Amino acid sequence: MSHGYADDSPKSFGLVAEFDTPEKLISAAEKARLAGFKKLDAYSPFPIHGLSDAIGFRDVKVPYLVFAGGLVGAFVGYGLQFYAHVLDYPMNVGGKPLVSIPSMIPITFEMTILVAGLTAFFSMIALNGLPKPYHSIFNTPGFNRASQDRFFLAIESGDPQFDSDKTRQFLAEMAPLSVHEVEA
Amino acid sequence: MAKQEVLNDVLITKPHNYESLEDSIGRLILKPQLHKKAWWIFFLVGLAGTGMLGISITWLLYQGIGIWGNNVPVSWAFDIVNFVWWIGIGHAGTLISAILLLFKQQWRNSINRFAEAMTIFAVMCAGMYPLLHTGRPWNAYWLFPYPNILGMLPQFRSALEWDVFAVSTYFTISLVFWFMGLIPDFASMRDRSTNKFGKVAFALLSMGWRGSNQHWHRYEQANLLLAGLSTPLVLSVHTIVSYDFAISIVPGWNVTVFPPYFVAGAVFAGFAMVLNFLIPVRAFYGLKDLITMRHIDWMCKIMLATGLIVLYGYILEVFYAVYSANFYEYKLLMDRFQGPYAWSYWLLIICNGVVPQLMWSQKMRQRLWVVWGVSAVVGLGMWLERFVIIPVSLTNNYLPSSNKMYIPTFWDFAMFFGTMGFFLMLMMLFIRFLPAINVFEMKDLLHKVLNNDSKVEPNAERTPYGNAPKEALPTVEKEVAK
Repeated sequence: MSHGYADDSPKSFGLVAEFDTPEKLISAAEKARLAGFKKLDAYSPFPIHGLSDAIGFRDVKVPYLVFAGGLVGAFVGYGLQFYAHVLDYPMNVGGKPLVSIPSMIPITFEMTILVAGLTAFFSMIALNGLPKPYHSIFNTPGFNRASQDRFFLAIESGDPQFDSDKTRQFLAEMAPLSVHEVEA
Repeated sequence: MAKQEVLNDVLITKPHNYESLEDSIGRLILKPQLHKKAWWIFFLVGLAGTGMLGISITWLLYQGIGIWGNNVPVSWAFDIVNFVWWIGIGHAGTLISAILLLFKQQWRNSINRFAEAMTIFAVMCAGMYPLLHTGRPWNAYWLFPYPNILGMLPQFRSALEWDVFAVSTYFTISLVFWFMGLIPDFASMRDRSTNKFGKVAFALLSMGWRGSNQHWHRYEQANLLLAGLSTPLVLSVHTIVSYDFAISIVPGWNVTVFPPYFVAGAVFAGFAMVLNFLIPVRAFYGLKDLITMRHIDWMCKIMLATGLIVLYGYILEVFYAVYSANFYEYKLLMDRFQGPYAWSYWLLIICNGVVPQLMWSQKMRQRLWVVWGVSAVVGLGMWLERFVIIPVSLTNNYLPSSNKMYIPTFWDFAMFFGTMGFFLMLMMLFIRFLPAINVFEMKDLLHKVLNNDSKVEPNAERTPYGNAPKEALPTVEKEVAK
């Protein structure tokens, strides 16, 4: 752990480098990962394929949660109909069996889709920590272009290897448009 | 519109960079002066229609279903026709946003937002009808299973109850899918807008989206999963709607071909409606470089293909009536051909069977007024199809006592045109206040075009901007210089 700053100075969020193409961002992210940085994040106006690999970010929670949501939906949908028509209020309709599976499929199916789809949306929102009214990255000068046409790479100060000067030099070697130390 | 535009495989026909792309889409929201008189005219027409809808709903609630032309054999009429028609209009949106995404059709990027908005508004229009048709819409919550003092749950074996689940799931998932795609664009509008109100509103809507790699990673996962879930959903919705008819014993309804035939009809009508809206919008707002002739050409082809499936359905209905040797089916067929509603059947065949064949010709697909006209005719044809199937089948049934004419009243039409006005008003508000084209997906497409991605640009010899020399291309590097 380095001690680059005194306690009374503003706390640092990290160093943020600005690039002008997705390709430069990917190569910078890859170099930073290979250099051993762990607390990295990249910011771009659109999803860039290969960036997650370059940065070493892997996450499969959303698909698993959606699968679980789909199962819950299917069981709730089927269970509700089974409970209503077999256990709670058995009613003979046209001499058909009480457990008439074909007629239960549509609602089971719709409930599967409904719960799985809502899980996809809400798990994406929740895992991404949204809604988030404040985030330090917005203190970066010119960060409003991160949603337009600029690509940013942040090495956060929480990283064990983070050192204000050395990391800045490391980032400057990748020919960014600018490097800024950003307040938390 | 008389002048023909070039048709080639280029999906972004003007030299663009990320910034100019953002500007040409974002200015629809950020520059109110761009919305000229035409916007106000359409908006006010829509508002007037919405007023008419409000009046007809109020009068309906006060007077009851009697103000409609529904009678005893024909208890399903305009309300159900319009319900099925509007639900079908929505299907094109989900097809474009989900199915074409799964097939990696990048050309959908510039039209999906628009079509998804249409889906949501169309389902809103559709949902009104069955609720009002219950006669006591204030008791609509009875349709849902909820714990109550009577210990009663709905009858889940009924196709009408399946409808409740299908349509409400469809609306919810479409809304969520649409909103999720909007979040990154809200963030981009937040960063662009200069006026304070816009900034705050978009900041709230974007929920603090910062375009981080982690955000995009999970966004892409959720987006792909939602597309995968929406694809069977959209097929199931119109299938279940068709079950309302197909599992009954009414002649003309009890046909096993209904589910695929209804789904194809829905996509057919939906693409027609997308074309009806997109052709004027791209002309008025200078979006011809993003919604190109290639897009229109492909949409026409999808319309033609689904139209042929629908035509096959009509032929099969005739075959079924004759070959089944069922007296009542045959009687109904003859009634369609030469009964009191024969005009609607033959008009339907002209609208859906004959006129769309114009789309075989590439020359016709390049004439925008022809495309617009064919689309309008298809919209009418699909409405007539539901009219021929639903009320007309009910006027000619097993018993002579069922032979009764159905005549729609003023209020039937008032409510139908009212929902059209409501739809138009919502579309106009959408164009004014929300990004009508998916900005970040267009940037993604531009990125691929600039890198000559083979999936986007099949012809490797051609530059991304048609015949322009390669060195004249605006690259992102050059753009940085300013």
